[in-house]
Amino acid sequence: MPQYAALIYGEDADWMAPEHAGQMAEYRDFHAAAGSVIAGGAALQPTSTATTIEVKGGKGGDLVTTDGPFAETKEVLGGFYLLEANDLDDAIKWASQIPGAWHGRVEVRPVLPMG
Amino acid sequence: MSELGELIRVEGGRALATLTRVFGDLQLAEDSLQDAIVIALERWPETGVPVSPAAWLTVTARNKALDRLRREGRRNEKEEAAMRDLSPPDDDPDDSPNDSPNDSPNDSPNDATIDDDTLRLIFTCCHPALAPAARVALSLRTLCGLSTAEIARAFLTSEPTMAQRLVRAKHKIAAARIPYRVPADHELPERLPAVLAVVYVIFTEGHTASAGDDVVRVDLCDEAIRLAELLAGLLPDEPEVLGLLALLLVTDARRETRVDDRGELVLLEHQDRSRWNAEQIAEGSALVERTLRRTVGRPGPYALQAAIAACHAVAPSWADTDWPEIARLYEILESVQPGPVVRLNRAVAVAEVDGPDAALAIVDGIEGLDRFHRYHIVRAELLRRVERTDEARASYRAALALEPSDPEARHLARRLAELAGG
Repeated sequence: MPQYAALIYGEDADWMAPEHAGQMAEYRDFHAAAGSVIAGGAALQPTSTATTIEVKGGKGGDLVTTDGPFAETKEVLGGFYLLEANDLDDAIKWASQIPGAWHGRVEVRPVLPMG
Repeated sequence: MSELGELIRVEGGRALATLTRVFGDLQLAEDSLQDAIVIALERWPETGVPVSPAAWLTVTARNKALDRLRREGRRNEKEEAAMRDLSPPDDDPDDSPNDSPNDSPNDSPNDATIDDDTLRLIFTCCHPALAPAARVALSLRTLCGLSTAEIARAFLTSEPTMAQRLVRAKHKIAAARIPYRVPADHELPERLPAVLAVVYVIFTEGHTASAGDDVVRVDLCDEAIRLAELLAGLLPDEPEVLGLLALLLVTDARRETRVDDRGELVLLEHQDRSRWNAEQIAEGSALVERTLRRTVGRPGPYALQAAIAACHAVAPSWADTDWPEIARLYEILESVQPGPVVRLNRAVAVAEVDGPDAALAIVDGIEGLDRFHRYHIVRAELLRRVERTDEARASYRAALALEPSDPEARHLARRLAELAGG
């Protein structure tokens, strides 16, 4: 079954904070509804915890470490799901039920098959 | 284009739809169809055209695709699927140069299957996950069978740019697995507008020839009407499909009179109505009536625009046009599809019903059309009529500064000269 990453973009938030309890409940509903197609995923901590690294000058080169996310934007990657779907329409159908789709936006990307 | 070339282009589009379903690979389908067309162009002038050219092209292309897959060592599920869906004909057209023109391959796809496949291909090419410009290009390439060079010229861009756009779109269809299927009934309201928009964009691009001269451009209006007719045949119960076809037919009926012998633009007001295509107007008007009867109380935007165009088309002259009806239709259109362009058009009708001052009041309340040359033209014409000459001149200049098409620019320059002289 083809896999799609549903990348959830929205406000840069701490999802454990009490003000997000409502959204968390929506996510629990989504998990209950979409359990059969969710192959994986994670919620990410806020970008204040992010570190961006780059190895300059090719493999084995200098490691440059920067505090913060790759791009400073208003809407950040807050989490993702790995969804199993027949085709893009199917993946969009499920992704449109992710709460992030109405609190922010969800980018749907096919996963490169490995192996 | 030669008669044979035209036939192959139309039938090839039908064959491509089936080949895409069978192989699940638009690029492979296209490449193998090209192989089959080369054979057809060699053979058909001698043997005559087969009874079902689309079926002949499909089977021949199928065999060519299998050759390609074998050569590339890709004997896999694609090939098995192709064998299952299209079992080989008794005589392989590729190996039998003497097949008579009446030979129709056995087990070849029938018309109903080809129709279903065509509809699938339409919805794939117009999928909302593709960029709007890519939907238009892909539709012209696959459904109309235009070459990349022709599409590039039609949209005034370079061939490599257009080729890249097509390759990117096809790659996304394959990589993201944009499905090859007709949306279910409940999905149609969401998916059909994108399809209609593609056809409409193709038509307006041809109709306005948005910039430059149009000598080398393929006729996009004809392509759009062909696509609309195809859609109307495949989705005869969708009112907006019929509305779009009606709109294109009635608008296109005036094409001969929009530009004079010297290539100068002729406004609707001054067009020779005796040269309008009466047959197309009658066909379009009948479609409008049928559509509006079916959607009483909730007419769609294309049907309403078609009704407006039909109102113009049946009027004996500009003065004897049913302007109150046109103003009323624009009011309904504005409630269905609000927007500054619709309001601008309503203002033009109001000018004929209530006079230029009433129209100017509407136009001056419109925001967001500063970069749209027609806004300045309409405003200029209204200002001219109420003899606010300086402001009219400024508006004509504003329109010219936005680089309209050549005939339009000449028309505006003439208007400016008239005002200077008066």
